[in-house]
Amino acid sequence: MSIHHKTIAQLSQGLSSGEFSSVELTQHYLDRINASDLNAFITVTDEFAMKQAQAADDKIAKGVGGILTGIPYAHKDIFCTNGVKTSAGSKMLDNFISPYDATVSHKLNQADLVMLGKANMDEFAMGSSNENSYYGDVKNPWNVDKIPGGSSGGSAAAVAGRLAPFATGTDTGGSIRQPSSLCGITGLKPTYGRVSRYGMIAYASSLDQAGPMTQTAEDAALVLNVMAGFDEKDSTSAERDVEDYTASLNDSIKGLTIGLPKEFFSEGLDDEVASQVMAAVKEFEAMGATVKEVSLPNSAYAIPTYYIVAPCECSSNLSRLDGVRYGYRCEDPKDLEDLYLRSRSEGFGEEVKRRIMIGAYALSAGYYDAYYLKAQKTRHLISEDFKKAFKEVDVIMGPVSPTTAFDLGSVKDPVSMYLADIYTLSANLAGLPGMSIPAGFAQKLPVGLQLIGNYWSESKLLNIAHQFQQQTDWHTQAPQEL
Amino acid sequence: MSLSEEQVGQIAYLARLSLSNEALKSNTKDLNSILSLAEQLAQIDTDNITPMAHPLHMTQRLREDKVGEEDQSESFQAIAPKIGKKHYLVPTVIE
Amino acid sequence: MEWETVIGLEIHAQLNTKSKIFSAAATQYGAEPNSQACAVDLGLPGVLPVLNKEVVSKAVKFGLAVDAHINQRNVFDRKNYFYPDLPKGYQISQLDWPIVGEGEIEITLGDTTKVVGITRAHLEEDAGKSIHDLYDDYTAVDLNRAGTPLLEIVSDPDMRSAKEAVAYAKKIHALVQYLEICDGNMQEGSFRCDANVSIRPMGQEELGTRAELKNINSFKFLERAINLEVERQQDILEEGGKVAQETRLYDAVKHETRSMRSKEEANDYRYFPDPDLLPVEISDELMAQIKQELPELPQEKKARFIAEFGLSEYDADVLTSQKPMADYFEKMIVNNADHAKLCANWIMGELSASLNKHQLELVDAPITADDLSLLVNRIGDDTISGKIAKDVFKAMWDGEGSADEIIEAQGLKQMSDTGAIEAIVDEIIANNAPQVAQFKSGNEKILGFFVGQAMKATQGKANPKLLNEMLRAKLK
Repeated sequence: MSIHHKTIAQLSQGLSSGEFSSVELTQHYLDRINASDLNAFITVTDEFAMKQAQAADDKIAKGVGGILTGIPYAHKDIFCTNGVKTSAGSKMLDNFISPYDATVSHKLNQADLVMLGKANMDEFAMGSSNENSYYGDVKNPWNVDKIPGGSSGGSAAAVAGRLAPFATGTDTGGSIRQPSSLCGITGLKPTYGRVSRYGMIAYASSLDQAGPMTQTAEDAALVLNVMAGFDEKDSTSAERDVEDYTASLNDSIKGLTIGLPKEFFSEGLDDEVASQVMAAVKEFEAMGATVKEVSLPNSAYAIPTYYIVAPCECSSNLSRLDGVRYGYRCEDPKDLEDLYLRSRSEGFGEEVKRRIMIGAYALSAGYYDAYYLKAQKTRHLISEDFKKAFKEVDVIMGPVSPTTAFDLGSVKDPVSMYLADIYTLSANLAGLPGMSIPAGFAQKLPVGLQLIGNYWSESKLLNIAHQFQQQTDWHTQAPQEL
Repeated sequence: MSLSEEQVGQIAYLARLSLSNEALKSNTKDLNSILSLAEQLAQIDTDNITPMAHPLHMTQRLREDKVGEEDQSESFQAIAPKIGKKHYLVPTVIE
Repeated sequence: MEWETVIGLEIHAQLNTKSKIFSAAATQYGAEPNSQACAVDLGLPGVLPVLNKEVVSKAVKFGLAVDAHINQRNVFDRKNYFYPDLPKGYQISQLDWPIVGEGEIEITLGDTTKVVGITRAHLEEDAGKSIHDLYDDYTAVDLNRAGTPLLEIVSDPDMRSAKEAVAYAKKIHALVQYLEICDGNMQEGSFRCDANVSIRPMGQEELGTRAELKNINSFKFLERAINLEVERQQDILEEGGKVAQETRLYDAVKHETRSMRSKEEANDYRYFPDPDLLPVEISDELMAQIKQELPELPQEKKARFIAEFGLSEYDADVLTSQKPMADYFEKMIVNNADHAKLCANWIMGELSASLNKHQLELVDAPITADDLSLLVNRIGDDTISGKIAKDVFKAMWDGEGSADEIIEAQGLKQMSDTGAIEAIVDEIIANNAPQVAQFKSGNEKILGFFVGQAMKATQGKANPKLLNEMLRAKLK
């Protein structure tokens, strides 16, 4: 097996046994990145990576390394990285060399991980196809004419294309789970508040959550061990101890109750995707789980709810991009108004402007109650639905995306694009943890199975996913030419 | 209810965005279709439902009143578009 | 037509915390531009706010001191607008759930007292500073002030004259200093007043259209700006015009108010709860702790001054009207408990007059409370007379030394030696037979003549009490 097909767990062994060094490993991935046409990276940090790899090797030699010491990774370009360009996929921040590290970046550094570069993404994490990046479309490694999903499309493509053993992602409405599903990898969005948002460029503050994108559930547990934790710099971070997420991976799932929300299997779901998802559920039954139908009656409203709440928050979050202190400033502004108007109009892409305007409108005098407040109330109802469901079941399962990856450039209408987020949005609105794990193929493209757990049930989700991966080999499959 | 191009222009200005005539047209169409999606919310009975601004029922943690930041203006200003002697500069504002 | 003025004030008091409301940057005034603007204050991408505990405590203190309802659950909102000194494009403030709800405060104007309602007081972050005259074609932005905690205290429209507005502002100014939550420095902008001014025909219930006056940095200017605005509105209304609802800038140099570049068309702040901050919950324990730590308030201090030191209502009121003065008095009487009235007189008399004359604040007085206390002591123990003490005070003010040093150096000690005074009295009686005869025939007033002669002979040092007694005895 080529080195780049190895999981983190396997690479960690190879590094500690001296089979290969971090410098060798890192160089191998850098070579693969340079040879790749997937456009998965915005910035490749060769020099930076080699320095970190050398330092990691020194630690391993001294026997003071940790389990992740020397493992390379792709970092979504939404996390601030001190001294490295952090663009969030936007022209607005094309010249932004972050003067500080995000808490997640800091934690990954502390664990001696090696950053290969900054992964491509939809501009400010707004998008489901990675077609909204200032740095161009990312291609799906399974079929380069297809989208990789978004907004963490570069991260997903990097892992699926074996350009990095793992990647970081962020998920506001499905941005970890959906590209993981479409690229056939494992992605985890933790409970809101589990991973610090400090230094993660905000899209919608009450929905954003970072998590790992890996080949396997075991790897996701290893990475989450590092990413998770209370951060005093983030008021919304939970003061809760971090479990060892690998501890219960091997627990039996006999007696597990799986809830299938009937609303997740309705009109609009591709038949082949549905049958792959159901086959995966059957697999769980064979492993001793029982299945129960549940109802999430308000989940149909997740789309309008999300597409009000998120734009409202983003319209305010992105106001700081004004061309005054950092970022893009237009040429020769003739007055302050001109400076604002041109810097922002030239700096932001179409989808970002659209969401800013929706948000500005939904918050404006006379419309606040009908849109923003109404959406916050619906959000409450959506979250209550889950509360009820989790009284009956341990985990909810369903599809991640109604279809497999579609053709690049094929969806032009924003609303059609939004409708594809139907199965992922409600977990964000409720703040619940969710996963996507490889569950087969349809039209020769990967299909993901979504797991949604109760609050703080990351260990349980990883356990369920790991057990599935012990019985199946969907997660080990890679695009043929690799 | 549907937004006119004039209204979209006002919203854009509120967000300090300027739209070309063409962009104004296409955005008016897109914004209206997104808002008609949002109109679905009106069907839901939300009487006596409290709005949910945060997913978790946590309250604000308070920080001790300690100074813990050094002067980093040099590195912060190295990435600024225009700096005078330690000041950020913008075209003259008339009050 | 007779008009009634209606005034409400919005006071912005900077809370005197060490660090900012949402970041750990220092709040010190006068630092190098932008040296105290950290990543959070600059609104760098990805940064997040964390609330300062002291800010909450200080706001609660204020609320308790004005008998206000404290919203133990309160919420921070974002107020969205673009301005170069507002780094994030929104100000974190409180709209629907301010920390302090309705309260009230009593003001005194001459002989009358009046209760002014406080609508609310909420927490927010200060903006940075835009400087327009530093560069030719640019406005310069200094973000050191960005994120400094502010308590915005909003009054009901209860004031009916500029004088009442000033009395209210002074009262709040004194209160925040008593509470030690704000340094009250108006020149540095730690305490700022905006005035909402309208007029209406006397007897009319409905309020007139108001103008908001900004940029007022002293009580004197507050009074002037309001009076100016009232005149302006009267002129407009009497000529049949309409007052526009607008923000007006007070220019102290030109002594005029002028309309600020009309922001009205873009004035949609799109408030919504800040998703980066959670609802603040003030526990009953914290409430109890703050209540316990509440310092003595002006009214309580005034009552104590009357009860404990026997001061008059008036004296106690003046002394407690400003915290520095009350502090000065309390320091003085540590060694002078028996002479409280004398201490009060000296503070309100000589000391205040000299401060006025030299345009100094009490904290900058060249004579400390301890120094003045010593001088009063020397009056109390008959070392010098009150009259001589005034000369000593002048010398002390000019830095000639302590009271004792000056008394010693200038030989001002009162003459209390009975023998010496008796010799002088005898001589005066012997040399002034006609006046002696007048006294004996019942002209009591002539006694003053003898006192004057004796004081002249002793350069004013004779103990007046002793001298009087002796003269009466000898002239009988």
